Order: sequence, then structure tokens, then C-alpha cells
Amino acid sequence: MALPNFQVHQPKTVEEVLDLLGRHRSSVKLLCGGTDLLIKMRAGAQAPEHLVSLNRVAGLKTISYAAGDGLVIGGAARISQVGKNPDVQRLYPGLAHACSVMATVQIRNMGTVAGNLVNAAPSADTAAPLLAYGASLVAVERGGRRQIKLTDFFTGPGLTVLEPGEMVEAIRVPDPPPRTGSCYLRLSARSKVDIAAVGVAGFINLDLSGKVIRCRLALGSVAPTPVRCPEAEAMLEGQDPGPELIARAAAACVRTSRPIDDLRATASYRRAMVQELAQRVLTQSLAMARGGGS
Amino acid sequence: MAKQNIELIVNGDRYQLTVEPSRMLVDVLREDLGLTGTKIGCAQGDCGACTVLMDGVSVSSCLTLAVEAHQRDITTIEGLAASPQDLHPLQEAFVQHGAVQCGYCSPGMILSAKHLLDHNPKPSEEEIRQGLSGNLCRCTGYNKIVEAIGDAAEKMAASGKEG
Repeated sequence: MALPNFQVHQPKTVEEVLDLLGRHRSSVKLLCGGTDLLIKMRAGAQAPEHLVSLNRVAGLKTISYAAGDGLVIGGAARISQVGKNPDVQRLYPGLAHACSVMATVQIRNMGTVAGNLVNAAPSADTAAPLLAYGASLVAVERGGRRQIKLTDFFTGPGLTVLEPGEMVEAIRVPDPPPRTGSCYLRLSARSKVDIAAVGVAGFINLDLSGKVIRCRLALGSVAPTPVRCPEAEAMLEGQDPGPELIARAAAACVRTSRPIDDLRATASYRRAMVQELAQRVLTQSLAMARGGGS
Repeated sequence: MAKQNIELIVNGDRYQLTVEPSRMLVDVLREDLGLTGTKIGCAQGDCGACTVLMDGVSVSSCLTLAVEAHQRDITTIEGLAASPQDLHPLQEAFVQHGAVQCGYCSPGMILSAKHLLDHNPKPSEEEIRQGLSGNLCRCTGYNKIVEAIGDAAEKMAASGKEG
């Protein structure tokens, strides 16, 4: 149960964080909530000699929203903070829902949304809604800053395009236009604590005539990474979807999924639930968008 | 690795300590400060036995490095009541409702309930159950715990007493 020895650095600025990451490049990890990292370290799966804590870095917990610019979630913003944020609840209900039901109260108070993404579990609950909202990550390293689309971020279970020496400074989420509807639905065997067996997130924006201008659908826990569903999205764009098209688009989501059998669910159950949840997500998102949306 | 000097503020008392960076807050509370009310269950953030409040927010002390708690305000079960002779209304309600059986989960349950009531003084039954989602009990079946918290919330609201 004891952890191996390591040194903890507690910098106060992003510049200091980046210096420490560079200096200890061979064996360093960023620490914030610790809810994934410390468990992995205890299990012996990770043994960094240096931990760089983000918990005393000024300004990194900020969540801000501005009309037109959208939402910016600081790299150290807690999951519970994001879930309770009034702008997130009003304009990004799928993300608010993910941040209110995943894990446990304590884990949500400790863990960060950025950490949930960087940990890159296929089941990461914030990933599917953030994919649906078209989010990007702002990654910084010494001497540079780049924006990474979340669709390009995950490369495999636990793997991302983030380079050693880089940190996620913020998550940027575009402002949803008028006549937008969105939501996230997840299923797990137990209603609480449990990791999701299937998660589906959707975002639909309609034009004045009720046709879909933009649709984004994303799946969690049914592929090696959280994934978008380009085939289903293309089927819906330009259409005024009714129940039949919704069912066909959901079937396209099932074709995009690549689920496995594991302790949480079988692959065939997951496929059936992608069909069902995608239909519900599309139906709810469309109703919200037709009602004027967020 | 070099030890680090830290200051913990636990239940209002300040402690100067020198700890290894790899030590968890729960271990320092129990072993160095003798505050054994905080329990270790799963040691991976699932069971909630180690729940404490840090700057008013419930966290798992088994997943919190002691050095990260430096100068943060920590409340453990020992510091919840106004004095060592008193019980907090939540503790009283747990006793009255028989919400304690083996007692191992109780400190964590009560601190999670405190966190809940601090943010939502009049929770519904469902909100109480959600608020306890990170605390496992293997004896009571939860019903008496949920009843106790509902009762405590009503009494605290009626008396206008600050949790």
C-alpha cells in the first residue's frame, strides 16, 4: 500500500511548472487531483521520481464563459466546480451532467476535467460530451503553446498526443449557437461510483427551417478511445430528422463503435445500448434545439 | 527522498510536521497526530471511510498527499462537534436512528453528510443518497443513515444552528 519515494514540487506559476517538467523530463508526472495517478503509483504501474503539483498554481482553476468566445476551463478546475458552474449548466448540459454523476462526490471534488482527459480512459465521462461540444485543449510547453482538437487528442487507452514537457493549461469549448440542443447519457450497472459501460453524447444545431446545420455525436466506453461518429453526423446534417432517420443514425453509431466484452458489460449489450442511447440523445437534443435551445 | 516541513491545520489546531513526500494525509492524521477517527478502507478512493473536509470540501484523505495539505484547513470527525463533550447534530441523529452498526464507515459518512448539508441544507432523500454516493456501508443497508441525515437537516434548519 505504501508509495515508492518521490519528490513533490509545488510551483506557483505555469512557467515554473514547465521548467520543472523540463528539468526532470526523464521521470516526472503532473499531479492535481491525484485520483488516477496516485492509484496507479500505488499499484506499481507508474513510478515517477518527481511529481509537479498544479494545486498551488495561480489562476489554473478558473472557469470562464463569454458570449461568442465560449467556455474556458482551467487545467486545474475540479470536476465538481465545472458541474456546478451556472454557465456550464445552462449552455453545456451534457458536460454538466457528466460532471455531476461520474465517480463519487469526493472524487469529483478532487479530480479535474483536464486530468480526466489526460488520463485517457476509454470510459472518461467528460470526454464524450466535450467531443460533442467541439472542445480543444490548450497545451503549453517551454517556448510554445498549441491548440489540440479533442478529436485528435486520444491515441489509445491511456495514450494521448501530449508530449513529455507539455501540460494542459485549459480546455476551450465553443459557444453553442442559437437553436442548439445537447445532452449526455451514460449507463452503468450501479447508478453511483461505477465506471460507465456505455456513454453517448450529442450536439445538434438547427437552422431557422429546422434542418440540422451541425451535428456531433460521441461515444464513450465502446472503443479503445472516446470517439466521434462521422457517419451518423453526415446522415443527419442537412435533414429535418424524424424517428426513422434517428434510428438509422443510431445504427451508424453502432457501426462506429468497437466494443469489447469486459467486467462491466458484453460487447453485444454495449452495441444494443449505443443504439438505444443514441436515439434518446438525438431525440432529446432535437427537442431542445427545436425549443430554441441553449 | 528529502522530507518536507509542513503545517497542517486540523480542527483549528496547527501542527508543524516533517514528513516524507510519499505519505498520505490519512496516515499522518492517524499515526502522527493520533486522530484515528478517520479510517482506511479501500485505500483507493472508492469507499469513503477516509473522508475529511479540506477547505470545506469533502476529499479522500487516502488519495491526498500530506504535503499537498500544507496550510489547508482540515476537519476530521474529532473536530465536528463544538466541544469534546458535545455531539454535532449529525452525530446525535446517527445515534438516535441507530445509523451506526460496526461504526467503521460512520466518520466518513458524517463528514460527507456535513459537506452535503453545507451546500444543500434541505436535501431530498434522493439528494442525500447522491451525497453519500462515495461512502460505502456494509452493515446498515443505508436507510437509517439516510433517515438520520434527513432528521439532522430538519433539526439544524429549525434551530438555525450553523453546522
